[in-house]
Amino acid sequence: MYRINLIKTITLLFLVMTFSVSAQHDPSVEVQTENSNHESDLKSEIKNEIRHHIKDSYEVVFFSDSKTGKKYGFSLPVILIDNGLHIFMASEFNHGENLVQKGGNYYKLYHSKIYKTDSSGHLDYDINHFPTNEKPLDLSITKGVVSILLVSMLLFLLFTSLAKSYKKNGSIPKGIGRFFEPIVLYIRDEIAIPNIGEKHYKKYMNYLLTIFFFIWFSNLLGITPLGVNITGNIAITFALALVTFIITQFSGNKNYWKHIFWMPGVPVPMKIILAPIELLGVFIKPFALMIRLFANMSAGHIVVYSLLGLMFIFNNMIGSSFSFVLAFVISILELLVAILQAYIFTILSALYFGFAVAEEH
Amino acid sequence: MEQLLNDFSFGLFFWQILLFILLYFLLKKFAWKPILNAVDDREEGIKNALEEAENARKEIQNLTADNERILKEARIERDAMLKEAREMKESMITDAKDEAKAQATKVIDQAKTTIEAEKHAAIAEIKNQVAELSLGIAEKVMRSELSDKNKQIKLVEDMLKEVKL
Repeated sequence: MYRINLIKTITLLFLVMTFSVSAQHDPSVEVQTENSNHESDLKSEIKNEIRHHIKDSYEVVFFSDSKTGKKYGFSLPVILIDNGLHIFMASEFNHGENLVQKGGNYYKLYHSKIYKTDSSGHLDYDINHFPTNEKPLDLSITKGVVSILLVSMLLFLLFTSLAKSYKKNGSIPKGIGRFFEPIVLYIRDEIAIPNIGEKHYKKYMNYLLTIFFFIWFSNLLGITPLGVNITGNIAITFALALVTFIITQFSGNKNYWKHIFWMPGVPVPMKIILAPIELLGVFIKPFALMIRLFANMSAGHIVVYSLLGLMFIFNNMIGSSFSFVLAFVISILELLVAILQAYIFTILSALYFGFAVAEEH
Repeated sequence: MEQLLNDFSFGLFFWQILLFILLYFLLKKFAWKPILNAVDDREEGIKNALEEAENARKEIQNLTADNERILKEARIERDAMLKEAREMKESMITDAKDEAKAQATKVIDQAKTTIEAEKHAAIAEIKNQVAELSLGIAEKVMRSELSDKNKQIKLVEDMLKEVKL
């Protein structure tokens, strides 16, 4: 019992920490000010660059020339469902400069989002400077989707080859398996079994392994200069947290629901007070998972990009090399954060599954 | 917050859920199951091997204990046998001695009796011979004695003197 209390406290602590982190970094992605002098131009360019990196996009750009406005990369297919299916290449938008007309509707690309407009491409804005135009159902293969595919393929190839090597060598890992097997075993012995319990853990191993390696590899891919940002996107972390949430609720036994709606071992008035709190907790737990991963990863990206941007703002030997070293150090730190966040997501998921399947004690 | 909500892309969410679930089932079938099974098998194998080694060790221990016990028993038996043999030897020697003594006594006794008998016989013979000799002497004496009358009478008289009525 004491152990569970301790874990609850740690969870709460993480929750508080992640909120403070997300609160700190919110201002850095605010709308840019429009100044005309050169330094501000550079600053806003860096800001734009960072924001574009954090956001999903309809094209993969490896590098761009700001003077000529030329971008080197390739565009991706756009899939819109709006009175029928519209599929076309994102290059038709010409980086937001052209309107695209499909099925009698006009679509405009504005700040990495597609909006429905009239034939002149007019956008209405609300007080937060966000367009209020209708958005079509957008199932485009964006950069994020390509990155997910890439990570998924990498994971699939890696672990099927590991599985095959077991068959070939008679249950003895070889090559890359020597590195990954201890991690698989760690997830089983240190994450799944202690949190879920010897009896039920087997059911959840597949999910825990998948989520751990997916998040870890996505985080690692985010550090590479490819400029992808998978786990720093709220839609991705929302999807991952949702899966954990659904699995938790569907594996909840009688004891789990009893602890939520009619807490045993406390007086009746307390039971009534605790029920809404516990019910809220059910939703807060996955919400915290979502926010934590998103905030940590996007914060890391923003910090590294900002430090790299500082190199150009300093524009001298000492300052630039200083910010380069700083960016390098932060990148190393990100390497640690990458596995740490994957670990936290996995262990908390395991903990929630453990709550759901816990027997009466 | 508004920024976050505005940034939320349903398309990305949709693809993430779809691809993640697909990845989950693919990895489950082609990676995690074989890997976890292989690891479990290996662990089971190691456990069994350890158990077997432990059993073998115990068996060897038992065997050693058995050997020791048998050796001890054998030693005790040997000692017992030796003791018995020694006792038997002693008793045999004693018996032999006794028998020999008895035999010797018997022989001596026999010899003694024989000697006694011989002695008696010899004595008897000597007596006979002495008697014969005496008779011969007496005869001769008688003859010479009885050659004259006087002497015969004197003899009778002496004899008669000796007989007391």
